[in-house]
Amino acid sequence: MIKYLHPLKPGARWRETLISVVIKTCGFSAIVFVGLIFYFLLREGLPAFSEVKLADLFAVRWYPIEDYFGILPLLSGTLIVTLGAMLVAIPFSIGTAVFIAEIAPHWMRDILKPLVELLGGLPSVVLGFLGILVLTPFLRVYLGLSTGLTALAGSLLLGGIAVPTIVSIAEDALDAVPQGYREGAWAIGATRWQTIWRVTLPTARSGVLTAVMLGLGRALGETMAVMMVTGNAPVLATRWDSIFMPARTMTATIAAEMGEVASASVHYHVLFFIGLMLFLISLVVNVVASRVVFHQKNRSERVLS
Amino acid sequence: MTLMALLTVIPILVVFGYIIVKGAPAISWEFITGFPREGMRAGGILPAIVGTFYLTLGTAIFSVPLGVAAAIYLAEYARESWLTRLIHIAIINLAGIPSVVYGLFGLGIFVFFLKFGTCLLSASLTLSIMTLPVIISSGEEALRAVPQSFRTVSVSLGGTRWQTIRRIVLPQALPGIITGVILGLERAAGETAPILFTGAAFFLPRLPNSPFDATMTLPYHLFVISTQVPGMPIQIQYGTALVLIVFVVGMNIIATFIRSRARAKRQW
Repeated sequence: MIKYLHPLKPGARWRETLISVVIKTCGFSAIVFVGLIFYFLLREGLPAFSEVKLADLFAVRWYPIEDYFGILPLLSGTLIVTLGAMLVAIPFSIGTAVFIAEIAPHWMRDILKPLVELLGGLPSVVLGFLGILVLTPFLRVYLGLSTGLTALAGSLLLGGIAVPTIVSIAEDALDAVPQGYREGAWAIGATRWQTIWRVTLPTARSGVLTAVMLGLGRALGETMAVMMVTGNAPVLATRWDSIFMPARTMTATIAAEMGEVASASVHYHVLFFIGLMLFLISLVVNVVASRVVFHQKNRSERVLS
Repeated sequence: MTLMALLTVIPILVVFGYIIVKGAPAISWEFITGFPREGMRAGGILPAIVGTFYLTLGTAIFSVPLGVAAAIYLAEYARESWLTRLIHIAIINLAGIPSVVYGLFGLGIFVFFLKFGTCLLSASLTLSIMTLPVIISSGEEALRAVPQSFRTVSVSLGGTRWQTIRRIVLPQALPGIITGVILGLERAAGETAPILFTGAAFFLPRLPNSPFDATMTLPYHLFVISTQVPGMPIQIQYGTALVLIVFVVGMNIIATFIRSRARAKRQW
């Protein structure tokens, strides 16, 4: 850290101090906002516990109009759609990341990277919109379902939304692997694939894992695209083919019902409670993701020193 | 592996191509500058375009000064300690919060608690908190990328911390910061969930006059006309999607352009 000088003129010193106070305050703003968000979610969400019995809150029927506030169908909806999205996204994104980082020639990299970033910047409403018009009829026709608005459609779209996030971070991680590792592998006769699978990927393991977790976080939090294509039926998934039936995620529930809710009613508090759960789940995912990076870094530092 | 990459890239191109092809017929001068008629089924989408523009501007007004200042703090003022680690964790968490939870927060604090009501101000404030982590982390990275030698030279000439930042470090890091800002704003422009209950309105007969007016916006408009309005001509839906994409992709292209030009002109 550099040791800066203090200004000599008293007026300038005063100004310097003022500016550093302002900047320090702004620096803490992130903590302030996280705390504020947590506080508000607690404030409006905890009353749900006193208004709805715990057993009813975790029941299997979500039908707010008739005072059924069981959130299990919503949890199962989020679980199925997100899990399906990860199953779709992980192979494609890791494959693409490996391709961009290891196999593609430089000119192709310079086209592919921005293209993937472009997909990442696409608003989710646009993807949901295309999902309704193109994906769901396609699923309906080719899978012989009664409707295309299913959890599967949501998973496919969500996977598509998570892929750019995973690809860009995983690609950075693969890029960061020192060239010496690859050259060492080539020196003892490894083929390109052997190098990638046994040397490069394992080295970049923590970065790739971080990428996947951040993609998971993105998929968990996605609202609009899933709301438009999953059918929005809060049905508990009980059979293996539930993925071919409509479902509803927690995020879609909040988005769909918040507009029609009376302030400070039971429904309002329960919706905030769901928001609180989403906040906590994403908190856990993010902390685990950052822990994975730190943990791995420490271990490899110990090994190399 | 090549197959995987192709399978990922081709849908991207298909998505863009599809919307461009199907949406282009709807684009006309009247579409972009006219008001909706017949319950959105005809006419133009000017209020939505203007609304999105105002919203993006409002978000920039609140998030850029705060975010850049926070980035400056983290890169130039803060020492490595548990406090700075906590700030970084907070930023990571802010970045990961679902957008609809931001909408809930905005509803709770700006619409109800501070009694701003459903308006541009509430929506802008909500979106700016959402954009903050992007601006702070890319800003911090841009500032850290400036070589330390620049700062030591400034000290050797008698510069104070703020003088160094303002006259040397900040201008050098500016392209990187601007890229981050534009990418963050691009995301804010396309978001629907945070503005659903904090500022978006479905139909307004005139353009918003003050920050306390609700506003139509492009993403919300697209969402409503594709899911809630029966008998909406497909043409208009695709046209709206196209305008939204052009807006977002335009920002992306500007950011990429700034980034590559800065990389070429870099002094280190």
